[in-house]
Amino acid sequence: MSRSRYTIAVTGLNAIDSPGPGVAVIRGLREAKAFDVRIVGLAYESLEPGVYMPGIADRTYLIPYPSAGIEALMERLEAINREEKLDVIIPNFDAELYSFMKLEQNLAGMGIHMFLPTFSQFEERHKVNLPEFGKKYGIDVPAGVAITDPAELFKHQKELDFPMMIKGKWYDAYIAYNMEQARNYYNKITAKWGLPVILQQFVHGTEYNVTGLGDGDGNTIAAVAMRKQYITDKGKAWAGISIDDRQLLDLTRHFVSSTRWRGGFELEMMKSNDGRYFLMEINPRIPAWVYLAVGVGQNIPEALTLLAMGEKPAPFGQYDVGKLFIRYSWDLIVDRNDFENFSVTGSL
Amino acid sequence: MKIKQQIAISDTGFLFNPSTGESFTVNPVGAEILAMLRDGKPEDQILETVTETYAVEKKTAEKDLHEFAGMLKMFQIIDKE
Repeated sequence: MSRSRYTIAVTGLNAIDSPGPGVAVIRGLREAKAFDVRIVGLAYESLEPGVYMPGIADRTYLIPYPSAGIEALMERLEAINREEKLDVIIPNFDAELYSFMKLEQNLAGMGIHMFLPTFSQFEERHKVNLPEFGKKYGIDVPAGVAITDPAELFKHQKELDFPMMIKGKWYDAYIAYNMEQARNYYNKITAKWGLPVILQQFVHGTEYNVTGLGDGDGNTIAAVAMRKQYITDKGKAWAGISIDDRQLLDLTRHFVSSTRWRGGFELEMMKSNDGRYFLMEINPRIPAWVYLAVGVGQNIPEALTLLAMGEKPAPFGQYDVGKLFIRYSWDLIVDRNDFENFSVTGSL
Repeated sequence: MKIKQQIAISDTGFLFNPSTGESFTVNPVGAEILAMLRDGKPEDQILETVTETYAVEKKTAEKDLHEFAGMLKMFQIIDKE
């Protein structure tokens, strides 16, 4: 019996110091056992390393930033689809997810499948809504509040106390130890990401992450827990190790079953010094370290593709514990013509 | 003192706790003590072996073993009694 061959478009090819998940997702797809792939990269910038990395994307296209609006994105995807006849798109950035969710029906009409969270899942897990989320699903979350005026820093100083986390709506998080730092970070974040800014209680402890996949019916198809071993100055994991913590994995399954989560996700957890887990953030997409999950036996990109194609992959059971991922930098030598072609024509 | 069942200990003195992801290295004496703990040997027998093998007074060895046990407890290598 011949294997299916899917053409899959993947975003997030910026394999930089704060990497997008695209390259790791593609590596997982290329190792899929259930199907063969042709990979179409979707890039926002002509210097995203994944565009030029050998063996990653078969062809890559530039796409417009989310700020250009969904019409511009749709138009571009239609043009790409005429060339490539896409089966699946896997978007990998928080900031682009909303546009792709909006286009889900239109793309389905063109025969392009995705497996994304629902609008309500996407919204209620948002950093701004995390305290309500924790209350609704019985999950410990740090106290927090979204503010739109720096004067509110004074108002919430007492209840949250210093040190305090100051977070952007989409990205960036800083630890402020006093009011001066808090105001400084507030300004820094609003300049880059706009309002609101999220103030969050600082939880002392050790950070753990889980990546997983929910089938939308409450079943956990995959869940792999990791402890960061080496962190960049942006707080990104540069090395991590797979761990087996029943409490953490039970909590993950509770998250998936109670929210009936649909799609890939990452839970950022903090284990406090008294052994309690606090949910710090839910990223509604596959994380950049997903290749560790593939490496320990849970190919999340493959299972997500099967779900997108309407199949019902069996939940993964165990995974290898004590396996590390260690990221590295590698200088590619790229011909100027390739860079020129991609910049001018928008595809390579 | 009982080493938690899930802790992986290699002959080289490398310890890995799969539930927390923490890893540690101990020196050869530490590795010997851990091997004895894993074999279920009681504290007084461990102390006897250490004082017989190494040029150390019983009092000093007892103090060191107590300190070592404290560290193992702190890093969740052994079960709390």
